[in-house]
Amino acid sequence: MSGPHLLSVRDLGAEGVREVLRLAGTFAEVLSRPVPRVPALRGKTVCSAFFEDSTRTRLSFELAAKRLSADVVTFSASSSSINKGESLRDTVVTLEAMGVDAFVVRHSCAGVPVQVAGWLQGGASVLNAGDGAHEHPTQALLDCYTLTEERRRRFGPAREGLEGLQVAVVGDIRHSRVARSCVLAFSELGAAVTLVAPPTLLPPSLEGWPVEVSYDLSSVLPKCDVVYLLRLQTERMEGQFLPSAREYTATYGLTAQRARLLGPDALVMHPGPIRRGLEIAAEVADGPASLITSQVASGVAVRMAVLYLLLGSGVNLAGS
Amino acid sequence: MVDSTGRRRADVLVKGEAIAAVSEAGLSPPAGALVLDASGCFVTPGLVDLHCHLREPGDEEAESIETGARAAALGGFTAVVAMPNTQPPADCAGVVRQVLDAAKGACADVRPAGTLTVGREGKRLAPMAELAALGVKIFTDDGAGVADAGLMRRAMEYASALGVVVADHCEDASLAGSGVMNEGALSSRLGLPGRPAVSEEVMVLRDLALARVTKARLHLLHLSTAEAVGAVQAAKAAGVAVTAEVTPHHLALTEDALSSYSTLYKVNPPLRTSSDRDALRAALASGVLDAIATDHAPHPPQAKETSFCDAAPGMTGLETALSVVMTELEVPLERLLAAMSWVPARIAGLWGVHGGPVAPGSPANICVLDPSRRWVVSPARLASRSTNTAFAGRELTGKVRHTLLFGEPVVVDEEAQR
Repeated sequence: MSGPHLLSVRDLGAEGVREVLRLAGTFAEVLSRPVPRVPALRGKTVCSAFFEDSTRTRLSFELAAKRLSADVVTFSASSSSINKGESLRDTVVTLEAMGVDAFVVRHSCAGVPVQVAGWLQGGASVLNAGDGAHEHPTQALLDCYTLTEERRRRFGPAREGLEGLQVAVVGDIRHSRVARSCVLAFSELGAAVTLVAPPTLLPPSLEGWPVEVSYDLSSVLPKCDVVYLLRLQTERMEGQFLPSAREYTATYGLTAQRARLLGPDALVMHPGPIRRGLEIAAEVADGPASLITSQVASGVAVRMAVLYLLLGSGVNLAGS
Repeated sequence: MVDSTGRRRADVLVKGEAIAAVSEAGLSPPAGALVLDASGCFVTPGLVDLHCHLREPGDEEAESIETGARAAALGGFTAVVAMPNTQPPADCAGVVRQVLDAAKGACADVRPAGTLTVGREGKRLAPMAELAALGVKIFTDDGAGVADAGLMRRAMEYASALGVVVADHCEDASLAGSGVMNEGALSSRLGLPGRPAVSEEVMVLRDLALARVTKARLHLLHLSTAEAVGAVQAAKAAGVAVTAEVTPHHLALTEDALSSYSTLYKVNPPLRTSSDRDALRAALASGVLDAIATDHAPHPPQAKETSFCDAAPGMTGLETALSVVMTELEVPLERLLAAMSWVPARIAGLWGVHGGPVAPGSPANICVLDPSRRWVVSPARLASRSTNTAFAGRELTGKVRHTLLFGEPVVVDEEAQR
């Protein structure tokens, strides 16, 4: 299996997550320089293998690799030999043979990064950029980083940690890889997570999940330090999970009225892209409690940290 | 020697296609006779598989009737029922004749099953009488269940006059959805869509009720849930004419095998929880589940070396079935052999040709198995054209040494003779 790999937040453990956050801070400083670049991964080749479309995440990763001076190659699934019948395994093994050191893999099916890690023969690393409804580790990491930075800014370094924080994750948890990674990451850092969703949007089983559950967003909000909203895809209404977007917003949307139930220090997060008026009212998304733009901004630094840990430093990730 | 009449030590003489003599006092081989050493072995009627996919016509890259039959013979089977979800499906005399033709000269007696509906589309009845006249005894749309209850009722009514068996793949598609594994705690953790146990239960209950009402002979394919087992038990107690089968992989494995996302373990119905597996094992031992059937499902490498969602479901099983159940289950050998030989022979309408007692005059369809033989499953060395076995690398205890098909030694010392 070689590696090291980042397939799941579980691969890091609490220490690994903290290490990523620490490194991200260092790389954030690098990004603020006139020449935002370090030679840490010079000579390394990073391949972004996105089998599922995502311009934002892909560009964020490619930028992160380039800022570390790595060579970047892009595998584009739509125009690829996959469509000519080459097996996924053959594709990956061929690319590795061309000299790729790390694969950043996104796929609509859970587990592909795990499978890819098993197929590779030459020691290349695999970084999960989102696999089906399973995980999106770097999203959760950048969310933890954003939250930690904001808490330090507002409350000072003594209160930057997430221990004991009440975090509500709201929305389509069932189909969300971001939710799964965030639950793991927030819990690793000591936060208490409550899932808020209608039964049809919760996973079939929450056995083993370190969470509480509520169907009533309004009753959860007053106690929240952080409200983390998930995107609601239109397919959910067509797929019989919900009657309508209107009913979803009425029961689970962070409307302006509901947002008034939040405490003065509560923060609002969303992995984006947001659907104004659906999961979140426009004025709440743009309001003072919202960290949404900061989340976007911290993506590159966090991805630089992860790439550096996998390829650059020889530092072992906890548990891998 | 173990068969439906019991257990004894004896020598067997085969002449031509039939058993000529069985003697507990021992026999001396006539001059020129081929002697097959069965020391330490069990001699039993050849195994009968109610459910395998031989892929011919249409998907010969994965398997052909010839290669599948060879795998069957190596696994101790002298007869197999070939499922009709071929391309084109076996829903007409032409395709059934094609299968019968390709089966001539194969290393096992291949009996085609027919579809229940034209094209397996679940809309119109297939010409069951015409196919029955060609010898087809089992009808199924396997690969999918019959969604329309009204149609299933008509199929059962029509079949009941023909004395044939209606077999169903019990999965409600609207509940199973796009699921690729068992729905539960593991699927929630892995982020894969699941097929809930209730999708099997709902259709099992429906089919049992219809069988009660129509008096049809119903056979339930590859049951995988504790709930289905409970329903079958209750129906049998109420006198419904139902039989049920279970696969070696559902008896041996659970969904835990999937935690590494290995597509070798992707199958429909999916591998389920350990309590489902325990219920299946108990039901096999008690006879609520009548037979073990392989659901041998060969696939070429590219169908498995892809994402879990895209991978084709199914694993091979003909060559490993008996060894797997002998290794993994604590069920008396007599019950295992009953479940793999004389019971499925009756269900398939083959009793007397296969599965019957090892006695003079019976057709010499025989399996000689060494219960202590340890071997490691090596996919490349299996006779199936495909290598997608869920037991790759496993050490198993118990292997077929010889197989006789109508008196011909098709497997000698674990080697296929042709």
